[in-house]
Amino acid sequence: MNEQGVAIAEIDRLHERLIKEAEVVGYHLNPDVEFTKGLIKSLIINERRYGYWACPCRLASGKKQDDLDIICPCDYRDLDLNEYGVCYCALYVSDAVRKGEQKAGSIPERRPPPAERKRETQKKGRRLTGLSLPVWRCKICGYLCAREQPPEVCPICKAKKDRFERFM
Amino acid sequence: MTVVHIPGKKSRHIMLYALSTCGWCQKTKKLLDDLGVEYDYEYVDQLQGDEREKTTKEVSSWNPRCSFPTMVIDNKKCIVGYKEDEIREAIRSE
Repeated sequence: MNEQGVAIAEIDRLHERLIKEAEVVGYHLNPDVEFTKGLIKSLIINERRYGYWACPCRLASGKKQDDLDIICPCDYRDLDLNEYGVCYCALYVSDAVRKGEQKAGSIPERRPPPAERKRETQKKGRRLTGLSLPVWRCKICGYLCAREQPPEVCPICKAKKDRFERFM
Repeated sequence: MTVVHIPGKKSRHIMLYALSTCGWCQKTKKLLDDLGVEYDYEYVDQLQGDEREKTTKEVSSWNPRCSFPTMVIDNKKCIVGYKEDEIREAIRSE
């Protein structure tokens, strides 16, 4: 099947699934169904194109390691929801936007440009010593756990293991 | 996929750098269509290799974050994001 040939039933199924998954953990999908389904179709297109849900509104490199921070839900979602009431794509919205008390709009890009991203990853690695176990942080929802390795799947937001960073 | 020309009312030279998957890019394109103006657009996510590199350099020269949509008007003014009022104003003003 070609890229554009995404079946409506497939979009509807994923739409329903994402609403359920979001609501369980206190997030909300954009109630503008037409707009939201457009983004969901794009997630399906990107899944076929790259093998993962690269953010539809950002240019993915196609190298998973470089795109990890923009795999939906991206590392920037919570910050943008707090500041603007929407994530960068406006797939996810705050409670105020969902209720129509605040308007969803196009927001500035928070993701640093490539050179800065590289510096950020190199900077990390300061460690607190004396802990019996390392502490891992889910970059999507902020969940923390102290164990040898991060969990396969975040028990809070279901993000995969590769979205965890060493926190302490 | 390269630059696509959309014929319409002659106004300013409008170049829209967009992603085929992006909701705000679609809204921006629709706004230009509704305004009926002539413009060019390019879906950067559909470019490969050297072509993509060349175009992202172009976009970055206007908008260092290389985010989308990036609209360049008359090779002078750049509007980043779907800013409806700003786009209408830029196209209208002489």
